[in-house]
Amino acid sequence: MFRKLHDPGPQAVTIFIDGRSVSAEAGENLAAVLLRQAEGWSRTTTVTQSPRAPYCMMGVCFECLTEVDGVGSVQACLTTVRDGMRISRQLGRRVLSA
Amino acid sequence: MSGTAAQGYDVAIIGGGLHGLSAGLSIARAGRRVVVLERAWVGRHASSATAAGVRTLGRDLAEVPISLEAMDMWHRIERIVGDDCGFHSHGQTKVAEFETHMPQLREREATMRGLGYSHEEIIDAAELRRLVPTLSPHCVGALIARDDGAADPHRTIAAFRGACEAAGVAIVEGCGVEAVERRGADWLLRCGERAFTAPAVINAAGAWAGRAAALFGEQIELGVRASMMMVTERLAPFLGPVVGVVGRALSFKQSDQGTLVIGGGLQGAADLDRQRSTVNFVELAKGARASSELFPSVRGVRIARCWTGIEAQTRDHIPVIGASPDVPGLFHSFGYSGHGFQLVPVLGEIMRDLVMEGTTARSISAFAPARLMQGRRAA
Amino acid sequence: MSTVDLLIVGAGPAGMAAAVAARRHGLDVLVVDDQPAPGGQIWRSVETVAATARGGRLGESYLAGASRAAAFRACGASYDPSCQLWQIEPGYRAFVTSAGKARTVSAKAVILATGAQERPVPFPGWTLPGVLTVGAGQILLKTADQVPAKPVWIAGSGPLPLLYMTQLLAAGGKIAGFLDTTPRGRLKPALRHLPAALGKAGDLLKGLAWTLALKRSGVRTVKHVAEIEARGEGRLQTLRYRTDNGQWQETAAEVLLVHEGLVPSIHAPLALDCQVEWRAGQHCYAPVLDGWGETSQPGLFVAGDGAGIAGAIAAEHRGTLAGLAAAARLGKLPAAAAETEAAPARRALGRELAFRPFLDALYAPRPQVFAPPDETIVCRCEEVTAGTLRARAQIGRPGPNQVKAFTRAGMGPCQGRQCGYTVMNILAHAQERPVEALGFYRIRPPLKPVTLGELAALDQKDTAA
Repeated sequence: MFRKLHDPGPQAVTIFIDGRSVSAEAGENLAAVLLRQAEGWSRTTTVTQSPRAPYCMMGVCFECLTEVDGVGSVQACLTTVRDGMRISRQLGRRVLSA
Repeated sequence: MSGTAAQGYDVAIIGGGLHGLSAGLSIARAGRRVVVLERAWVGRHASSATAAGVRTLGRDLAEVPISLEAMDMWHRIERIVGDDCGFHSHGQTKVAEFETHMPQLREREATMRGLGYSHEEIIDAAELRRLVPTLSPHCVGALIARDDGAADPHRTIAAFRGACEAAGVAIVEGCGVEAVERRGADWLLRCGERAFTAPAVINAAGAWAGRAAALFGEQIELGVRASMMMVTERLAPFLGPVVGVVGRALSFKQSDQGTLVIGGGLQGAADLDRQRSTVNFVELAKGARASSELFPSVRGVRIARCWTGIEAQTRDHIPVIGASPDVPGLFHSFGYSGHGFQLVPVLGEIMRDLVMEGTTARSISAFAPARLMQGRRAA
Repeated sequence: MSTVDLLIVGAGPAGMAAAVAARRHGLDVLVVDDQPAPGGQIWRSVETVAATARGGRLGESYLAGASRAAAFRACGASYDPSCQLWQIEPGYRAFVTSAGKARTVSAKAVILATGAQERPVPFPGWTLPGVLTVGAGQILLKTADQVPAKPVWIAGSGPLPLLYMTQLLAAGGKIAGFLDTTPRGRLKPALRHLPAALGKAGDLLKGLAWTLALKRSGVRTVKHVAEIEARGEGRLQTLRYRTDNGQWQETAAEVLLVHEGLVPSIHAPLALDCQVEWRAGQHCYAPVLDGWGETSQPGLFVAGDGAGIAGAIAAEHRGTLAGLAAAARLGKLPAAAAETEAAPARRALGRELAFRPFLDALYAPRPQVFAPPDETIVCRCEEVTAGTLRARAQIGRPGPNQVKAFTRAGMGPCQGRQCGYTVMNILAHAQERPVEALGFYRIRPPLKPVTLGELAALDQKDTAA
């Protein structure tokens, strides 16, 4: 859906989205990275399991909720990527792990 | 006297919460003309703020008979109000975290059995784990009422309201009763420019019922509760029974939508004059701590909103139900002290009995208004 | 619990200016902000981006943020980035969370500088992946140097779409078309305000320059678009639109950016029981403020776009005024000295504000923004449609809170930020009452979702102080 205008070069880091490794730029916005992925959607809703993606990029719409390093319902647009970060897209209502 | 003609009814009910609606429904179905006068909107206060636990477990002994009758009604609530109100019965539990909590639960079970009741049952750690797999493994047992459960407060309010309207009850919102006067054999109730008359009046004004009683010259001692609730984001279903815990202010359950509805009686602050209440997060943190300790997997769950309800509380924590000892035509149904939701269906029938027959076969003597009236207390 | 003289919520233009002014007079200041770096939305990521090539492409107004951020960093205020404020109580006691821990902050005075958000623009399909706000597009450009992969469609009205389009083109992005939703006949009422706006002739010319630049670059523009619809299987694939006197047109689209103006962030002032007023010209609420930005709650100020949409320069001046007022209130600055020091900011603010009525009239939103078709999802979080709300509006004369109780609209994590105004408008229309008679949802804490674990950790050693 979106593309970066420059190559991160030496600033590149690797994060994992649903187990797949993805290249990102150190310190960049996680929602921006999600919007570059082929799927487009980044979660499905808790009521009808409809696909959603980031909408406002500033923390007021809560569409970008995602699981980051095991913590659920994190707003990706307020999150900065780190090397090795593990992201899981949330499908419908969160399933709690023991 | 005043310009506007008063509208006449057989019964006027002060308060459009669930107890007011239930009384209105039963009486209208018995053929009387009923008006419900509600200051804000139907279900505005305690009825909307309730966790909507449908519980017989652990009740004051005086409440047990009517609570059991109400429970039968909940199990056929769709036939009564045309909607199942989101009622599910996966049981209500009182969990013992430690062995030292078990004796009081065993004693309660024994007392109940001695009185001929079998709805409260001790379960061991294995059965508790089977029923509530996500409960922290340190819990040793529980007291359970298996037919208990929970409902959806807003669906319940909508169902009672709809049933009332179908039965011909007039519901007037934005109409707070400000003054009353005697008009022959009737009471005349004034709400701003409007006036209503009826020979019988039911005081179902919740936290404001003491003030409503005072309009009729009746002084009934009444306090206020401001119980706090937390609701979380929606989660995949993982919890069936409602969980209460010995020694903690915690009532923990999962709604049909998947949200966790967490109450238990931690207190915020209520302002009766402004009809506003505020959350005290330092207190609420105790509920969050209790939740995390009993259900470790919920630590990362997000709280969507918190609120404080405004409810009545009596000195002895049981309600005020009955005809006024002194004021002709005045009947009381209030003071449910944080556990009135489950009693709603049977109270409609009780109020109908009292208003139309002057008596009821249901056991309500412990709830007599006189006990909370200075100089009227039984010796 | 920590204790400060002044808590500032927001490190955008207003928050930074307030911190600098308050620090100049020796106040002990804490600034919290949910972003990882200062700058708010307009100067997002300015510390890292200003020096780069793409920083240059973003324009002067953006680059100005670099010096502000530097001054802010140097002023001596404590600063907690990536920190969310989720409750504030009179007194004032604020509850914040950062790094997974909740804590309380006690402050004698508070300045809310939380800015604005885009007005919600509900239309069929607006929840599809691929539909974002223009603001989001601009943030992606600023922070991630990121543009829509395919030629983008933009639908809306106001200065921001024009600015974004010029920035996007300068960066090498492609625009498929601009659906200008400014209704016919807005210029005439706007011209009434033109004399006052001429004090900001520079800004008028800037706007004109953007419009001309877009014309020159051949961006296809459709004027007076009245309705839009987004369609697709799981993502935006087709965009439909119709002008006020035309037929429905259809075009392929992968990304659609929408914008129908900005509205002040109102949740925190409402949560604190501040008096708010309905601004008919902007069709939204704003807090009632005195000349220093103080609300109806003593010691609580609002600065920046949260006081009323007026742009970054006005925001800085409002921040300065609030910072000075806080210093005066806490006895660090005599009232007369505060007046003297405030005078230049006051004058400059006056000039900025004089420009607004012209813009507000020119870009007043089209009525369809407030009356979406029945099938439109109005509450995005709980997926409640306009049709459901209209049906509920018929039972009694419900306000937003009753409708919320029965439909769940407004119960989701955004707490009505994306649906509140639409619900008010739908109810007002159904009940034939003025919108402001309905009121906004009652705001229930937490203002941002805090976890049970974060709240559980709150009372430990925190409030013993």
